[in-house]
Amino acid sequence: MDTVTKKKRSNFWKRWDSPLAGYLFLSPWLIGFLLLTFWPMMMSLYYSFTDYSLLKAPEWAGLDNYNKILFKDSLFRTSLCVTLLFVVVSVPLKLVTALLVAMLLNRDIKGMSFYRTMIYFPSLIGTSIAVAILWKNIFSKDGFINQLLGLVGIEGRAWLTDPSTALGTLILLVVWQFGSSMIIFLAGLKQLPKDLYEASSVDGAGKVRQFFTITLPMLSPIILFNLVLQTINSFQMFTQSFVITKGGPIHSTYVYVMYLYERGFARFDMGYASALAWVLLVIIGIATAIIFSTSRLWVHYESEGGK
Amino acid sequence: MRSYKNSLNHLFLLLASIIMIYPVFWWIGAAFKSNEEMSSPGIFPKTWLWSNFTDGWNSVPNFSFTHFYGNTFTLIAGVLFTTVISTSLVAFAFARLDFPLRKLWFGILMVTLMLPQQVTIVPQYVMFNKLNWVNTYLPFYIPHILAAGVGGPFFIYLIIQFIRGLPRDLDEAAKIDGCSWFGIYWRIVLPLTKPALVTVAIYCFLWTWDDFFGQLIYINTVDKYTINLALKLFIDSQGSIPWGQLLAMSLVSILPAVTIFFLAQKQFVEGVASGAVKG
Repeated sequence: MDTVTKKKRSNFWKRWDSPLAGYLFLSPWLIGFLLLTFWPMMMSLYYSFTDYSLLKAPEWAGLDNYNKILFKDSLFRTSLCVTLLFVVVSVPLKLVTALLVAMLLNRDIKGMSFYRTMIYFPSLIGTSIAVAILWKNIFSKDGFINQLLGLVGIEGRAWLTDPSTALGTLILLVVWQFGSSMIIFLAGLKQLPKDLYEASSVDGAGKVRQFFTITLPMLSPIILFNLVLQTINSFQMFTQSFVITKGGPIHSTYVYVMYLYERGFARFDMGYASALAWVLLVIIGIATAIIFSTSRLWVHYESEGGK
Repeated sequence: MRSYKNSLNHLFLLLASIIMIYPVFWWIGAAFKSNEEMSSPGIFPKTWLWSNFTDGWNSVPNFSFTHFYGNTFTLIAGVLFTTVISTSLVAFAFARLDFPLRKLWFGILMVTLMLPQQVTIVPQYVMFNKLNWVNTYLPFYIPHILAAGVGGPFFIYLIIQFIRGLPRDLDEAAKIDGCSWFGIYWRIVLPLTKPALVTVAIYCFLWTWDDFFGQLIYINTVDKYTINLALKLFIDSQGSIPWGQLLAMSLVSILPAVTIFFLAQKQFVEGVASGAVKG
């Protein structure tokens, strides 16, 4: 009892001492949040119900923008389909590659840091224009990839100007940069208790069995983290398709944010672009909610595991 | 058996490394190639064309790439400086101070970590446009001063995690000695947080460099262009692209990132991993 009152008193002291200091230290972020995140979010919600072209004041339009987007806008549908396809294909490919390579790297053999550097390197240069330029060049009709395929007797094609392969080429670029997911997996793998593996191999479990019964369940919170992060990021893909294919050919790589960019910042159709942004937010929200709601079925948390 | 398995592992890793890195090596070679030789899958050009670099450097009329590098570094220097200060102040508040609604604000910080920037970009643009800040670097500096720039919430989170790992005895002792909160921040926590600040600086550098969308929207005259915009201009302006020059210039543009990577690999890896794994 005595210690409790003592604790309370010292807490009480702190409470008087630090609120002001706390808010002073917090103020850059707090002002930034209110002025540059919260307020713009509310404004963009408001703009989304208006007709606004920057030149004239916004004019209330009710649900017009949303009506158009959801029921009449074929470009919206195209860009959404392209983006969904991109997310659904690229994210799992990237994560599976990242996990497999991380497992290869998670051993004590010589030269590990050399391999890690080589494999991580493409991810370092990320979404820069430089990499997009490289990709545009090596996948062009007489580019390096086709020459390479020619050496083994496969006839290449115009990867980036053929609507059936253009998006695939961009997905390949994104998957090539699996490095940061890989490093997160690697950090997770390093924390897995070794005795579990030893015990299970004494019990006669093979490598494959160990992977499915130990590695995957133990790593599942990190898989969830990577999955959410990559999904959210992939929905916002822009630079690669803007630089490499400009959304073409025939809109086969016309991703959602590119449509938003053209509506908002090429045609200054700010009301419509805001509505597009809110629809994107809702879509990302739904995707994340789906991932989280299924996560109960496959994510294993140690604290719940009866330990 | 073990050595056989080990060498198999090496073989896989070597193969993976080659697949990953070959395009980069090819890129280095291609930067020296003539247009005729461009598509050959070999790395080494027959003749090394250094002129790709010198011609490419002056390929945009009126401005050389020296100018664009100057612009980019002006932009990034301001952003780095303001980010390190603002995010460390805020992280200190969350990690060490007790104030009403702290949990609520922290929750909001976590939500903004995931918020797609598209949902704020239009009103932000409208706001900066009204203030006549479009085509200046203020739309980059001001958000970073307020810890709301690209990566801001992530950096705060990263520093919070780091400060929480520091022993509290030090600031208790300083408090008894009469040190103010700012003193504790400035003299005790900040010096100890240096490793996390370096990580923040590295990521801030790279992400600002790569923030093409922001640069595309806010900067619209060539004299203010960054490297990325200059490269985009280069690729759009000519009918038949001088690939050698273009690849040479884009290769030069990744040198800063590559240099940082090799100087600070440890912080790099820690920064990526810190988001997911507590440790």
